[in-house]
Parts: sequence; structure tokens; C-alpha cells
Amino acid sequence: MLKLGVPSKGRLMEQCFDWFGQRGITLRKAGSDREYAGAVDGAEGLELVLLSAGEIPRELAAGRIHLGVTGSDLIRDKLADWDRQVAELAPLGFGHADLIIAVPTSWPDVETLDDLDAAAAQFRRAHGHRLRIATKYHRLVRDFLTSNGVADYQLVDSQGATEGTVKNLTAEAIADITSTGETLRANHLKILADGLIHQSQATLYAARSADWGNGAPAVLASLAARLGITAPTL
Amino acid sequence: MAPKAEARAEADRLMAAFRAAGAVPVEADILQPAEVLLDLYGEDIRARAYVTNDPIRGEMMLRPDFTVPVVQMHMAGGADPARYAYMGEVFRKQEHLSERKSEYFQVGYEVFARENPEAADAEVFALFAGLLAPLGLRAVTGDIAILMAAVRGLNTLQSRKAALLRHIWRPDRFTRLLDRFGGRAPVPESRARLLAAIASGESLTDAPLLGLRSEAEIAARLAALREDAAHPPVPSDEVARLETLLNLSAKSPAALARLRDLSREMPAIQPAVDRMEARLAALATRGIDIDTLDFEASHGRTTLEYYDGFVFSFHAADPALPPVASGGRYDAMTVVLGSGRSIPAVGGVIRPGLVADLKGAA
Repeated sequence: MLKLGVPSKGRLMEQCFDWFGQRGITLRKAGSDREYAGAVDGAEGLELVLLSAGEIPRELAAGRIHLGVTGSDLIRDKLADWDRQVAELAPLGFGHADLIIAVPTSWPDVETLDDLDAAAAQFRRAHGHRLRIATKYHRLVRDFLTSNGVADYQLVDSQGATEGTVKNLTAEAIADITSTGETLRANHLKILADGLIHQSQATLYAARSADWGNGAPAVLASLAARLGITAPTL
Repeated sequence: MAPKAEARAEADRLMAAFRAAGAVPVEADILQPAEVLLDLYGEDIRARAYVTNDPIRGEMMLRPDFTVPVVQMHMAGGADPARYAYMGEVFRKQEHLSERKSEYFQVGYEVFARENPEAADAEVFALFAGLLAPLGLRAVTGDIAILMAAVRGLNTLQSRKAALLRHIWRPDRFTRLLDRFGGRAPVPESRARLLAAIASGESLTDAPLLGLRSEAEIAARLAALREDAAHPPVPSDEVARLETLLNLSAKSPAALARLRDLSREMPAIQPAVDRMEARLAALATRGIDIDTLDFEASHGRTTLEYYDGFVFSFHAADPALPPVASGGRYDAMTVVLGSGRSIPAVGGVIRPGLVADLKGAA
């Protein structure tokens, strides 16, 4: 059996079901609406596992599922050397969101990472601590800022309502996902001109460390043909 | 890879040699308060150190190195001068799948001394070179103080020099800043727009002030941007000389001769070059063959940012291996951790596990 992990609720789950449905594979919740058991029609040897989108990267890395759908932002943030742990099979064309860096609109002198770096140095001198950036995407943000040579900042963890942290004085800037930018504007924040860290979308991945013996490659090959994608070398 | 027992036995041998050289053995806690390390190294240390949480003491890190606790201990009341030796495990998270170890022994030797810093540099290097001699390693040296002096000597705004000095340890950004200050990179579009808006006197933003960064801070940076825009670029011959310096790589005597040439047009580096010459003389006195000793001006620019003088490392032939030993001078760190006091300091660490591996392979 080939295990496919899919987000267990909400719009992401429905769009996933639609995407597979359009390719002749029916995914559905088994039993009642509240039950997290899945069923598959139209694909031999494929088993549906419903999981929280945030846990799918971990399950893929551990090889407990063979395939999984989750945001490319979560894969890149949660897995070190993500492309050595999973193979990207297909972007699914939904769940679009940009991971960006935003600062208060009331900072006319900060429009680029260069400015952010200079403002961070100045902030540290004035306040005795590093400029705080609230985020839940620690790896992605840190790697991005390191590769762009930004110093004198610190990341503070924010698992939700991140746009409010500046007003609440728990951070000076944020790194978060946005699709329309409306929440940012409502909270008087603006995106840095070169502050796009990652353009995320729901993506189908294969786990490199899953058990690919026992007929799994054959199931993957026929599934890939049905989905119109190239089966990866794992 | 050598088993832990072999690494420990090698560590004991090195520790005995450091004690014989006059060092007092010291210990450091494995659990270190994260705040000091974060304040010193910045967010990058989070990618390298294991962070854990103590219900009372807050965020703690598994010791990523000994330098910070040893400096703290010394600054809290050590002898003057002082020599310390230590050994123990350090812990480094590996962010990439690799053979590199996340837990290994370090044996270190640190000298805190006000008199004759070049002699102290030579003492540490020669001690390491002697202990590592049987392994046939390649030693590389550098001197961050020369780079810092060169930046300080540029004929340009203090704010530009401060920005370059801040980024000596981030070569990419350093290059980008130098390109901009030297007028080789165009003014970013957003900056040009902002400067035009300031000049026209229009209101820059109607957004409500948000967060801790004050109106005065914003005004101060806007003034600094105006000053920067009004100031001519760093002269191109100065930029070219700085780049020549950064790219200098030669055997020590040839490197010294090149630096002497450069210092005729860059007088600001002269005192630092004099110190390098004194260091080479001190190394030769201690039996180091300086004619074959490599000098790379940019050596040490990609390590954690606390070395501010002589830097060195010892490498095995296999480029995939981390340095077997490394060290340098970190006078500025004693200022940061000394709460008002400071003392010149130089030291280094050897990885006994790698020494044991290389001995085993030989």
C-alpha cells in the first residue's frame, strides 16, 4: 500500500480532493464528517491518510507516508536540506501565499533589506537589544536574512496574529505569509521591496526515506501516469 | 571516526601539554544562558547551537564553545596576565545532512596578557604548530586588524565606515556596501524616490507611528540618508586598494612586502602591518618557518564575528574536514563581556577527535 497524506480539514483538504478528483481519483473522508479516516476510489494500492498540514512534512521526513500534500513553505521551513528528504512531484496550483518581511508603514526610511539592516544597527544602539522580527518560519527567515547579510536582528516566535506584534510592542517587524496583503495594510505594515522570502503553494511530495519496496514503485508509476506527472527517482 | 574514548585520550594528552606550557585548567558549564551568546553572536548562533528551556533560568544553550564562559570567568576576577586550558564537549547543530559531528571534544588554550600581544599571538600559534606537527597540516593565517584599519582609513563618511566595519564578517554584504559607497552600484529606486520626496518637502508617510522605534530615530536615519546622498562616493583608487588588500594571499614574507607597498598609499594600515611584522619575527624566534606560512588577508571573515586581530587555522588535506584547530585574537570581546574593563586576549582550540582520526589514518 502507498500512503498518501492530505490535510485533514478546511479549504486545503477540499482543493486537494478536487485536484485528485479532476484526475479521476476520488479522495473522501470515510464514515462521518468528523472522522479522520480516508477512503480512495479509482486508484489501486493507494491509501489516504488525513493529517494536519503542519505535520505532513515531519511524516514525510520520517517515511511514515510515501506521498503528501502540504505547503512548500512548511516543507522548506521544517525540513533541513528539504530536497534531500523529499522529492517535489507537482505544484498543485492552489494554496498560494507569499512569505514576506514587513515593517511599519510609518518607517519611510526602510524600503529594502539594506535599510532594514541599517535600521537594525541603529535600533540596537538606541534600545540595547536587537531588532525583533516576529515569525513562525524560523529556518526560512533566518536563512534568508543570513544569505542577504542582515545583522543585529533576532527572531521572536509568533504562532498567530503575527501582524499585531508590532502594535503590541513585542516585535519591530514581522515575517509572515500573506496572499492579498489586506491584513498587513489594516495593521499599518508594508512589505519590503526585496522582502519576498518564498512563494508558497500546495505541492505534492514523495518521501525519499519511505519504504519503496514491495510493489510501491509500480503503484507510484501508475499513479504518476494518471496524474500526468513524471515519477521521481527516489 | 575515532571512538569517543580515543578522542578523550587525545584530549588528555593535549590538555597535559597546555598545562605544561603554563596554563591553569578551568571548567565551564555545559548549559550556558542563551542571552549572552545571542547578544554576542546574533541570530546565526541559533542555527548552530542547541537551545533548550529551563523553567527558572529561561532559555539555555548547550555550550557551543568555551571562549565566552572562559572570558566571563576571567573578567570576573582572573589573574593578570593569565593562561587557561580547558577540555570538554561542545555542541553544534548541523543544519545540513552530513558526516559532520554535532557533539565533539575541544581542547583550548587562552592567553590574557596586556604586554606584547604579538609575542602572545606567536606563543599560541607556535604551541599549536608544535603539537600538530606530526600530522602534516596546512596552517593559514590572517589579520582582521589590518582590514579594520584599512576601512577606518577610507576618506569617507564615518557612517559608511561604521557600516563596512559591521559587515567585515559578512563578505557579500560588505562587497555590496562597498559597491554602493564607491558609486559602482546604482542608488536603489526606493532610495531615490525617498530622497526626492525629502527634497520636495512633502509628507513622507501618513501612517500612525507604530512600535518601539521612535520618531526621533526615524528622523535621525533620514538625516543620515540625506548626508550620505550629498557626500561624494569613496574615491575609486581607494576602493581598488581595499579590494587588492582583501584579495591578498601569499606566503608570509611576500604578503608582508605587499602590505608594506600598500601601506605607502594606505597609511592607516601601517601600525597594524608593523604589528604583523613583529608577530612574524616572534614566530620565527619560536622556530616557525615563516617562509612557508600562508597568509590570506580575508582569513577569518566567515567565522563567528569576534576575532579582531591575528587569526589562524590548521587544515588536513581532505577539504571536506573541518579545521583541526583554529583560533585568534579577540580583544574586543573582552570589552563587551568585561562590563567596563578589557584585556587583550588570544587563544585557540584543537579538535582531539580529528587529531585521533588523522593519527589513526597515518
